Amino acid sequence: MIEIINLCKAFGSHAVLDNLNLTVQTGETMVIIGRSGCGKSVLLKHVLGLMRPDSGQVIVDGKDVTKIEGPELQKLRMRFGMVFQGAALFDSMTVGENVGFALREHRLFPEGEVRRRITECLSLVGLADIENLKPAELSGGMRKRVGIARALAIRPDILLFDEPTTGIDPVMADVINKLVKTLHERLKVTVVLVTHDMVSAYKVATRIAMMYEGRIIATGTPEQIQSTGNPVVRQFVRGEAEGPITADQPKRRTFIG
Amino acid sequence: MGERLLLFFQYAGGTSILLAQTVAGLFVPPFRRTLIVEQMEKIGVDSFPIVAMTGLFTGMVLGLQTAYQLQQIGAESYISSIVGLSMVRELGPVLTALVVTGRVGAAITAEIGTMRVTEQIDALESLATNPIQYLVAPRFVALLIMLPLLTLYSDVIGIFGGYLIGVYKLGVTPTLYMRMTWDVIQIKDIMTGLVKAGVFSMIVATVACYEGFETSGGAEGVGRATTLAVVISFIMIVAADCLSTAIFYFVFP
Ligand SMILES: Nc1ncnc2c1ncn2[C@@H]1O[C@H](COP(=O)(O)OP(=O)(O)OP(=O)(O)O)[C@@H](O)[C@H]1O
Ligand SMILES: [Mg+2]
Repeated sequence: MIEIINLCKAFGSHAVLDNLNLTVQTGETMVIIGRSGCGKSVLLKHVLGLMRPDSGQVIVDGKDVTKIEGPELQKLRMRFGMVFQGAALFDSMTVGENVGFALREHRLFPEGEVRRRITECLSLVGLADIENLKPAELSGGMRKRVGIARALAIRPDILLFDEPTTGIDPVMADVINKLVKTLHERLKVTVVLVTHDMVSAYKVATRIAMMYEGRIIATGTPEQIQSTGNPVVRQFVRGEAEGPITADQPKRRTFIG
Repeated sequence: MGERLLLFFQYAGGTSILLAQTVAGLFVPPFRRTLIVEQMEKIGVDSFPIVAMTGLFTGMVLGLQTAYQLQQIGAESYISSIVGLSMVRELGPVLTALVVTGRVGAAITAEIGTMRVTEQIDALESLATNPIQYLVAPRFVALLIMLPLLTLYSDVIGIFGGYLIGVYKLGVTPTLYMRMTWDVIQIKDIMTGLVKAGVFSMIVATVACYEGFETSGGAEGVGRATTLAVVISFIMIVAADCLSTAIFYFVFP
């Protein structure tokens, strides 16, 4: 179970997370939706301890991620798989080395098994025979899928996806959706998935949470979200230009962009 | 002004912490032998040509400049001692460190900085790998080994440059030239140079990696970080050289 309690994070004067609370049950697929720039990626990074909050807690099965460090944090991270929004592949390594990185780094298996796993994970995301290519030789969508394969390689029991289907063609996107569903149904993996792709959100979610102005303003099953009375949520999930959400950014953007 | 002072202390603190964490990381497994060898090749072996060129020309210039002065008092044969000592104690270590900063330090910052802005460092951490141990430690060790070696190499080439001038332009006999070189250079001088090279290598590694980690703001940020890394390393190398020369001068006369 992941409990996010009163999480606050500001960059300069820009409060990105503002007393955010969210609980993700073990084995569920929680989809977080919210407009671009509202802090979804920042939230995921806090769950993994890649960013430290100004205040608040992230408790994963009783351990506070924001307090632990060193070997204890590494050990906890071995339970996680994270798919970054921009794939974040190691560009000095081949695709195969990327996918097998954690397996080799932590000497989890003998080399033969590592190779078998690399092929297996790549085939799960519909990629074959690209193990010896460098990330620079791949398309954006392929890179994203390699990122997914890399996150799956250690068979984590919690998976964090940052927009896995953005920039991927609809057919491949559905392969990813099916993959997430399979992980949920067969392997009982806990999934936290960030997206603005509502089609994919409805397909994979057991629950959906809407993030707005640094907080979670609504959570519910896909049906509940679809038939919500909250005007902000309704406008977002229907993708309408008119409503309480206006076109300008909710708050000032800082120097970093 | 107060703000600048604060920034300075923040920088000094940040780099010191990085240095401490790097050194601590060296004693904790896993030991990155393949990464270290890879970096030694990139940092050291590939720098040999440019270090050789700088060393040769410096030795020759040094030879010509001193020749000009010594000829007036008819003491040409002393050129060998002057070139030898200057190379070994001062110019070998400093010039090699500066060349390596430009070639290697900049590359390290650009590489780590790019990894930072493309979230590859976050990705490393997400795969339960300590980026300091994985990225900084191998570069640190490689520099610590290779910079003194490059310095020795530069010393030898520089002395050879002086030899070319002394023997072919001033007509000092080869045996006399070599004897006057060996006579004045003591083990202590060579050690002084090597200790300096060791200190410089730590400066380059720490500053370059620190700037890389602190990079933000895309491609422009990487450019800015790289420039800063080179400038700060240069200043610190020259300052550390002055300081260590003074220490050697007063403590081990
Ligand atoms: N390292 C940082 N330094 C300063 N500001 C940052 C940093 N990272 C994120 N931000 C700010 O935090 C806000 C949220 O960013 P985040 O990347 O989480 O958005 P997002 O919800 O993931 O958007 P998208 O859907 O476009 O990916 C942005 O306004 C951004 O300016
Ligand atoms: Mg994002």
